[in-house]
Amino acid sequence: MKHMTEEELIAYREGVAEQRTVISDHLTLCEECRHELERIEAVLAALNTLAVPDPGADYGRQVWKEIAPRLAEKPGRWWQVWFEPRRLAAAGGVVALIVAAFIAGRFTKRHDEPDNIASKEQVRERILVVAVGEHLGHSERMLVELSNAAPTDPRQKEINISAEQQRAEDLLQENRLYRQTALQEGNPGLASVLDELERVLLDVAHSPDEVTPAQLEAIQKKIEAHGILFKVRVVNKELQQRQGAPAPAQNDSTKRERNKV
Amino acid sequence: MNRMPPSVESTQALVESDAIAVERTLAGDRDAYRALVERHSHNIFRLAYRMTGNRHDAEEVVQEAFLRGYQKLGQFAARSNFGTWVYRIAANYAIDRMRQRQKEEARRQEPKAEDRDGMESNPLNQVRDNAPTPERLTQSIELRKQMEQALAALSEAERTAFVMRHWEGCGIEEIAAVLKSSSNATKNTVFRAVQKLRHALQPFVETRGQARAMGTEP
Repeated sequence: MKHMTEEELIAYREGVAEQRTVISDHLTLCEECRHELERIEAVLAALNTLAVPDPGADYGRQVWKEIAPRLAEKPGRWWQVWFEPRRLAAAGGVVALIVAAFIAGRFTKRHDEPDNIASKEQVRERILVVAVGEHLGHSERMLVELSNAAPTDPRQKEINISAEQQRAEDLLQENRLYRQTALQEGNPGLASVLDELERVLLDVAHSPDEVTPAQLEAIQKKIEAHGILFKVRVVNKELQQRQGAPAPAQNDSTKRERNKV
Repeated sequence: MNRMPPSVESTQALVESDAIAVERTLAGDRDAYRALVERHSHNIFRLAYRMTGNRHDAEEVVQEAFLRGYQKLGQFAARSNFGTWVYRIAANYAIDRMRQRQKEEARRQEPKAEDRDGMESNPLNQVRDNAPTPERLTQSIELRKQMEQALAALSEAERTAFVMRHWEGCGIEEIAAVLKSSSNATKNTVFRAVQKLRHALQPFVETRGQARAMGTEP
């Protein structure tokens, strides 16, 4: 008879087993598994004896007394989230980019009105391309470092990834804004890669500061499974090519307009 | 599991009453928030104590959860359950607090690590050393200490998953939302937590069981 694994028995005990009936049927027949389950239950029963102190009947009132002086007159509204310092900093970055694009547009090819409109668009797009390229470069470096991280000593029980975690958190804010900008600019391909990158950054940002080798391996596998490093590299390469490429040829309608003169 | 499943009617009444209090708070009535604090403080304290393992941190988590809840109340969707929402805020803050504590502990205990690896890491040595009568008291204290150590040795995610699932009776989806993880990964975390606790505590639990069987402990 094939016995239940420890994982199946624990999942059964904690009520998260997928094949509950199968395990239940097996337990009625198999004394060995029943005994194993009892051993698990004995440990959990012992843990249940750990008491939580009673904070007292008027605890709620005490909590209110402590926090009431620290509450603002009115609670925060949903839009106030956008005024948090970190978001303001990231938004400031994007605003600076747009302003730079606008100023660049004002001062380039002023003498030639029809070209001016196209040129403004190109300059604006180029600035965005440069900024996103830089962001992808930073993200790539962080992910490469994390993918190559390993315990320095085989006996090491935990690896500190707080630096990568902090960087992921910072990159996450930028990434959200670039993704939204890419969508607004009608670039779904870039937005999709940024969306995938965001999920990986989110995972890293929410990892503990110190991880066990097994946890680190799980993070690395996740990065690998998404193939995100490859996608980031490809998109970044494309953006670099666009940066280096000459301005696109004017479209036929512009040429026709010129020929009229 | 200690979170008793309330009746559908009482849950519905509580959610509606909470929703009214939230609306009134948002309209500028701070006393309405007081009702929410008084209503949910005990539940949040129990979760926080089990997650952080000490009263001081637990009280801090409770206060911070309600402060953050108040600040973010505008983001709270009226269709949700305020109790669950603030519970989640508390769980998230408790995770941050545990991380902070672990870092502080690691810094403080670095020189003692080798001592611990010597004698203390073998649980059977400790039981044997503390064997003289009155055994019952000694072993209970010892077991309690070992349980607290075993819980403290879990990662934040494992402890959160275990506390929320085993003691608080939360659904896997609810835990997954707090851990920002998938359901399968969360189930796995629950398993890892129980497995680690089992391996750390089984020798103590069985020693006590044998003592009971032999009549040296009631």
